[in-house]
Amino acid sequence: MRKTAILLASTDNCATCTENVSTRDRIFLADQPDYDLIAAEDIPMWHKIALTDINKGEYVRKYGEVIGEALEDIEKGSLINHENIQSVKRDYSAEYIEE
Amino acid sequence: MEFLGYKRKEGRAGIRNHVLVLPSCACGSESARIVASQVKGVVNIVFNTGCSDVAANTMMSQKILTGFACNPNVYGVVIIGLGCETVPHAKLRENIEKLTSKPVVSFGIQEEGGTLKTIEKAVRATRDLACEAALQHKEPCDISELLMGIECGGSDATSGLASNPAVGCLADKLYDLGASTMMSESIEWIGAEHVLAKRAANVRIHNQIIKICEDYEKHLMAAGQDCRAGQPTPGNKAGGLSTLDEKSLGCIKKGGTRPISEVLEQAQRPAGKGAFVMDTAGYDISSVTSMVAGGCNLITFTTGRGTPTGNPIVPVLKVTANAHTYEWMNDNMDCNLSAVIEGKQTISEASDELLEKVVRIINGEMTKAEAYGFSDIAVDHVCRFV
Repeated sequence: MRKTAILLASTDNCATCTENVSTRDRIFLADQPDYDLIAAEDIPMWHKIALTDINKGEYVRKYGEVIGEALEDIEKGSLINHENIQSVKRDYSAEYIEE
Repeated sequence: MEFLGYKRKEGRAGIRNHVLVLPSCACGSESARIVASQVKGVVNIVFNTGCSDVAANTMMSQKILTGFACNPNVYGVVIIGLGCETVPHAKLRENIEKLTSKPVVSFGIQEEGGTLKTIEKAVRATRDLACEAALQHKEPCDISELLMGIECGGSDATSGLASNPAVGCLADKLYDLGASTMMSESIEWIGAEHVLAKRAANVRIHNQIIKICEDYEKHLMAAGQDCRAGQPTPGNKAGGLSTLDEKSLGCIKKGGTRPISEVLEQAQRPAGKGAFVMDTAGYDISSVTSMVAGGCNLITFTTGRGTPTGNPIVPVLKVTANAHTYEWMNDNMDCNLSAVIEGKQTISEASDELLEKVVRIINGEMTKAEAYGFSDIAVDHVCRFV
């Protein structure tokens, strides 16, 4: 079946599914009619699907920003959730601007 | 733009005209509840602190109590204390009277000789204030009198996709009309603080935003705790939010894009008009409590999974973009933005709808949480909520 997901920024490597996805469903990205992706597993509504292969330690991006790093290799079309990504520690010292 | 509100001698106008029965400590809460229940239209809070506490916690509870009393939606205040609390009722009354000329009376249960005698006197005083309050006419007030607090709770992935950006767009439209806005929940800036800091009106504010996040992490670390353990919540995770960073990046969208001109401590009243941020917990009830004490006269609250929460002093407007939640928890939801997710409505169109609703609420239409009389509060303390 065709299912919809929302991609928020062109640099993101995940999209948010807006309905429950079953293995082998074709994923259609809102605003990108030519995109073609097959779901590698079941993904619950509002959860993220990997748009590319993401290796362990690589960043997962949403909103054009880093939301975490992969705890294991994540295959294109697979579920991304709190079990396979984790938050990256902040480097606050690099964020201050000299007054 | 104008609305019909209640002008105050000091500060912003109210969008409501409540008589507030305010306990000065937990021991006064039950009497305050009974007093409020005896007089039509009167509100009370349930206060769980105010006694046997360290100085920093006492300071926080006093900021909340005086802030509630000074909130523009409050016409007058009846304080009920015990007599041996950290800050006695008469002292709290004095502190409030230094900040506002609105009528304030207070009673102590030990002085009066027990709860029934206190309730008898307090009901008479409350009745008199309520009768007076009913005489105050609504007058045209400029939209610049509005200070909208912006909150989210029970978030899921729809919050960051639609309801938060739409409320952010609403915040920008209100700002452009001259109103002020306040966003809080600093723990939910972590991972997005570099994006939020770009809104700072100057370098000092930019660095204040970064420092608040750094300090929050350090504060919890000093107690051996990790802020990422409580956030995201199990409900957030079930709703598709996997890390604090992901939650934060969605959360900060609700504040809009206008320059941030003041960074406030919890329950602190802003000095000017504009777009503000306040350093509060992500725990929504505590965050709303602090923003109401800081003078917000309306709270707009986004949710994905649904929440009933309401505040006794300020209407809480519930917005969701989760179609299931809107339908399933319709008795707690005010606005449905699911058309944005479905691609049938733009964020800007959704914010226009929200603006229409906000105009009705500030003119007197009740939100659902307000109609039920919900009165949730939570006062933050030295070992902060997350």
